[in-house]
Amino acid sequence: MSKEWPLWEIFIRSQNGMSHRHMGSLHAPDAETAIRNARDVYTRRAEGVSIWVAKAADITASSPSDKGPLYEPSESKVYRHPTFFDIPDEVGAM
Amino acid sequence: MYAQMVKSTGLGVKSRDEMSPEEARFQDRIDAGDKIEPKDWMPEGYRATLIRQIAQHAHSEVVGQLPEGNWITRAPTLERKAILLAKVQDEAGHGLYLYCAAETLGVSRDELTEALLSGEMKYSSIFNYPTLSWADIGAVGWLVDGAAIMNQVPLQRTSYGPYSRAMIRICKEESFHQRQGFDIMMKMANGTEAQRRMAQDAVNRFWYPSLMMFGPSDKDSVHSAQSMAWKIKINTNDELRQKFVDQTVPQAHYLGLTIPDEALAFNEDTGHWDYSEPDWSEFYAVLKGNGPCNDERMAARKTAWDDGQWVRDGLLAHAEKRAHRTAAE
Repeated sequence: MSKEWPLWEIFIRSQNGMSHRHMGSLHAPDAETAIRNARDVYTRRAEGVSIWVAKAADITASSPSDKGPLYEPSESKVYRHPTFFDIPDEVGAM
Repeated sequence: MYAQMVKSTGLGVKSRDEMSPEEARFQDRIDAGDKIEPKDWMPEGYRATLIRQIAQHAHSEVVGQLPEGNWITRAPTLERKAILLAKVQDEAGHGLYLYCAAETLGVSRDELTEALLSGEMKYSSIFNYPTLSWADIGAVGWLVDGAAIMNQVPLQRTSYGPYSRAMIRICKEESFHQRQGFDIMMKMANGTEAQRRMAQDAVNRFWYPSLMMFGPSDKDSVHSAQSMAWKIKINTNDELRQKFVDQTVPQAHYLGLTIPDEALAFNEDTGHWDYSEPDWSEFYAVLKGNGPCNDERMAARKTAWDDGQWVRDGLLAHAEKRAHRTAAE
């Protein structure tokens, strides 16, 4: 088997005003070809107006075992949510 | 189904007592309807079964292009040709979504392709039948894609995130495939006497192979029991086959075509159509490589792979050379 084309992760903006969203991955020899292939694989029915490609090997991801420690601070600080505070009804919408 | 007789661990579903703490936690997540994502801990059997199943499905999408590709140059009108081209291109896309899902489990697409070409991995039995007339293209869309949809719709809820996402994309596109097939069948069934005969002949040849797509009854299979506990299989083969028959028989009646089964009858008690089982010895023979087109299909895949090698190598060499040049500047 000869050397495999690198894997690219594909992100597509479905319409202006929306963020790019991860759609999947594909193999391509370089970034330009990855964009052309992404058009054929992921936008055959006008699903996108803009494509980003990133080499899968260049993406650093958090590890699932970090789930507890990494997100703990957000779980223990309930006062960050507006519903933590009781505002009397007579004050009106806030 | 595009994945047939996928082997799981073969050991049956473990009881809670037999599970390690990790396995029990994993099963709890599945039971709670949680999705498993690539970097999550998973039992080796779950990973291996998914790789076999997703890859077999991907190979089927890719090999499935061949019987239809046979008619691209011979489609009766330019419009039909453009539609068929779009459909065949979709099949390539579906193969790629699935390879991409399989790759998140730690195999590469090239490895999977090599496993197909070496005969270690299989594709669906249905693609080993020839497409002899234009009506066959209608029958493939209506019956074959119709049978595939039966299985793919529930798999959108499968426990493995990337597989589920691939299935959602595929299902969106698959209904175009089935409708274009039915549209061809309507045209043929309401056409000249010769066209109607072709339509009937296509149904005669594709009916039983379509029923075989779901695989033999697996109500006692240890493999299916494990896959269902892991939610990588949602329904039994018999459930899906019955659903397909119930859906398809009235459509055949609408077309004025006859299903080639004298035992076919509506059962008032069950509310389902009773039908004859396909010849399972034929199914096993086709899986073993003795179907009408097995050799032709594998030869076509091998030629495409071998003849494409210089292109893959050349493009990669060019990309590396350019990257070095940019780095040097």
